[in-house]
Amino acid sequence: MTDLTSMTIAEARAGLANKSFTSLELTDAHLAAMEAARSLNAFVLETPDKARAMARAVDAKIAKGEGGPLAGIPLGIKDLFATKDVRTTACSKILGNFIPPYESTVTSQLWRDGAVMLGKLNNDEFAMGSSNETSCFGPVANPWRREGSNTTLVPGGSSGGSASAVAALLCMGATATDTGGSIRQPAAFTATVGVKPTYGRCSRWGIVAFASSLDQAGPIARSVRDSAILMRSMAGHDPKDTTSVDIGVPDYEAAIGKSVKGMKIGIPKEYRLDGMPAEIEKLWTEGAAWLKAAGAELVEVSLPHTKYALPAYYIVAPAEASSNLARYDGVRYGLRVPGRSIGELYENTRAEGFGDEVRRRVMIGTYVLSAGYYDAYYLRAQKVRTLIKKDFEDCFAKGVNAILTPATPSAAFGVGEKGGADPVEMYLNDIFTVTVNMAGLPGIAVPAGKDAQGLPLGLQLIGRPFDEETLFSLGEILEQAAGRFTPPRWW
Amino acid sequence: MNASVRQGKLIKGQTGDWEVVIGMEVHAQVTSKSKLFSGASTAFGGEPNTHVSLVDAAMPGMLPVINEECVRQAVRTGLGLNAKINLRSVFDRKNYFYPDSPQGYQISQYKSPIVGEGEVIVELEGGKTAAIGIERLHLEQDAAKLLHDQSPSMSFVDLNRCGVALMEIVSKPDIRDSEQAKAYVTKLRSILRYLGTCDGDMEKGNLRADINVSVRKPGGPLGTRCEIKNMNSINFIGQAIEYEARRQIEIIEDGGQIEQETRLFDPNKGETRSMRFKEEAHDYRYFPDPDLLPLEFSQAYVDDLRAHLPELPDQKKARFIADFALSPYDAGVLVAERESADFYETVLAKLSDKKRDGKMAANWVINELFGRLNKEGHGIADSPVSAAQLAAIVSLIGEGTISGKIAKDLFEIVWTEGGDPRELVESRGMKQVTDLGAIEKVVDDIIAANPDKVAQAKAKPQLAGWFVGQVMKQSGGKANPQAVNELLKAKLGI
Repeated sequence: MTDLTSMTIAEARAGLANKSFTSLELTDAHLAAMEAARSLNAFVLETPDKARAMARAVDAKIAKGEGGPLAGIPLGIKDLFATKDVRTTACSKILGNFIPPYESTVTSQLWRDGAVMLGKLNNDEFAMGSSNETSCFGPVANPWRREGSNTTLVPGGSSGGSASAVAALLCMGATATDTGGSIRQPAAFTATVGVKPTYGRCSRWGIVAFASSLDQAGPIARSVRDSAILMRSMAGHDPKDTTSVDIGVPDYEAAIGKSVKGMKIGIPKEYRLDGMPAEIEKLWTEGAAWLKAAGAELVEVSLPHTKYALPAYYIVAPAEASSNLARYDGVRYGLRVPGRSIGELYENTRAEGFGDEVRRRVMIGTYVLSAGYYDAYYLRAQKVRTLIKKDFEDCFAKGVNAILTPATPSAAFGVGEKGGADPVEMYLNDIFTVTVNMAGLPGIAVPAGKDAQGLPLGLQLIGRPFDEETLFSLGEILEQAAGRFTPPRWW
Repeated sequence: MNASVRQGKLIKGQTGDWEVVIGMEVHAQVTSKSKLFSGASTAFGGEPNTHVSLVDAAMPGMLPVINEECVRQAVRTGLGLNAKINLRSVFDRKNYFYPDSPQGYQISQYKSPIVGEGEVIVELEGGKTAAIGIERLHLEQDAAKLLHDQSPSMSFVDLNRCGVALMEIVSKPDIRDSEQAKAYVTKLRSILRYLGTCDGDMEKGNLRADINVSVRKPGGPLGTRCEIKNMNSINFIGQAIEYEARRQIEIIEDGGQIEQETRLFDPNKGETRSMRFKEEAHDYRYFPDPDLLPLEFSQAYVDDLRAHLPELPDQKKARFIADFALSPYDAGVLVAERESADFYETVLAKLSDKKRDGKMAANWVINELFGRLNKEGHGIADSPVSAAQLAAIVSLIGEGTISGKIAKDLFEIVWTEGGDPRELVESRGMKQVTDLGAIEKVVDDIIAANPDKVAQAKAKPQLAGWFVGQVMKQSGGKANPQAVNELLKAKLGI
């Protein structure tokens, strides 16, 4: 039955439709794979009973010809998504054993379309991190290792559990969220496909908030087509999220295989960093050549404010986070550490409930919003954000259809290797991805090659607002040229 | 209308006169079925924590969605305050930790409120008016209620009120004494109630005021102000200002300095005292709420709301004065409360001759009806005498069918027994006698029987009143008093 886990969603969809296997069989195969891969620590909660019940129900529907677009497909859900009656913690001690009485809009749309939930996936605490090391459930192992090495590598973050589980064939696809690169960077570290949709494309309702103006849900999958299939179910207007946009959801899958002839692909010169590894440089050049071979035109473009994006991001995101996380106060749900006064209860609960990185960002955020500092930090960062957005607008106004960049400045690194002494070292992981969140644009990370140590590397395509379709068309060309990458099983 | 004053009653201190400078922040609960950013009910008096949505309880991942009805009500209120309506406004987060704020922040409007500058004309004693400037009006969430008396070791939280829409209406520091302050809140409350945007129920806390008070030498620079929080009675507002102004004057005259602080009014002792426990300096870290887009609407939307505003007290008052020659005072009394104005309007509608009897109807509503209602502790809503009945009584007077005196008897009957006034006049024979022949006979009889009184009256014409009384008595009060007077004058030759 192991080969049931190595299929793509598209393949499994066909198999379910022609009754080669049932959703229950597919689900059981994945539950078995999860059990065998607990050493990866990708899942923080397995929900086998719920998974089987959902699979049985969807099998009955498929038998009657009523299955939806994702009928019977087993998925993993990042623990940032509220799942009704299923523990949801954002991988923070402060939420403790929180069991929401509600389902996030994005996951409810997946279940509406027939998907099956296998369990909740590990992530950096409150999605704050780039290595999945800040989770209160401990780090996630990347199924990829350097050739000839037993060193455990991080899967990236914050959606490290999602990327690791999809790469290790524990689930056919996973939900993830991206605030500064949390979908695309782990996808690049694990040779999976990750899509950060346009801000407003997916509802944020029921997703534990990190930075409201940057957070966006998206899929991680093993192929561009699979990510397009998942996107169609995840996207859509939600009246419960004022920032979600009321425009129709296209058939993203139909974009796959569409000609890209004549499309203008921007190559931003500012992304050519000093000291960038030659392998990354080579990958980028190669990717550009593949798109050119498919008939696209390459143009050098300038995004002059790129260098300010990361510092501005690390003002805006913590500012919003400091306010969004104020609700975790020990009064109504989650962890409560008593004190002699309400002030002490707050202090004790938050000191014990939040990990170091979360506390650091809450403090940074509180500082930059404080009287006397607001103008110098928060307001200025918002101005930078406007300029970054304008950089992209100018570029698209010149007829550029999409922009090609590396997804990350390096391949996956070892657990404990980065950020120990200087958190900025970790923040630099997002150097190529944060601009996209700051501008609210869609981005996709596609596996495109390996480094000298055999670790996967990814390329990023950045699109026009609400033009995810072009990203799927272009992404599939990269995928076809680069081939698929599967980690050798060691766990 | 009299010229506006920007001057109030000065307070005498040991070093001379002092002027009080007052600005107010009134929190008015928006009349709407659901809360500002959630679908939970705003009904008052539910069991604790029964009107609470996931948003109100600040569950993880919950998002606010603006209630359009609250926006509509805020715009209508802005129009009623003759204020600038901002087509684009922004919701901000005011961050603070306290269990009355589950989100850890209150959603409010900081830099860009929905309503800008406006003006309220308030009525003062002696028919004077004062124009009080409005600085702004913004929408914000109300806080939860904390119950500290339910347990010796714990405080309880009731989230029913949490997230209910409030309009914070900020005045300019244009108020100069306690009378103006009371008149301002009274007028503001009246406007809100006419608009139906706030029920103005101060006992339930649906309208409450924070008052900034400072004192200065007339025309001098502004003094340091103290804020008196959460006043929910117009009378207490007056008392609190009087006390606070004198307290500040005494401190300054004794060589002290006013400390800017928040104070509470104790109605039992009639004094304000410092809320020292809330003294820690707050930095609310305001920033635009990223969960909400800026609030934008079109001028056409505003124009449509303006076109459908009800007639407001100032307009109504002007109309009553112009159409029925009411005194500004009477007109003011009638329009102060929407219910009394509505009652008077209903009476007007049922009068057989509005032009002739409108003013008399106002007198009857104010003096007879309101007087009686007050005496017996009734509200206008449960008045035993309906607008139709009162209109009939007034019409009967106007037509000359009954005299004013008989009308008072008739009013008494209607008040206690009810019934159609016209039928009562018929069935109880209360009609005024206007038949001159009949009246003349009574007059002649009385003159003939009282020659001594006739002599006295001729010498002292004011004694003729005695004859009037006798005639009325004999006619059972039904003789037309005007006719009686004229006949007597002729017969007595005075």
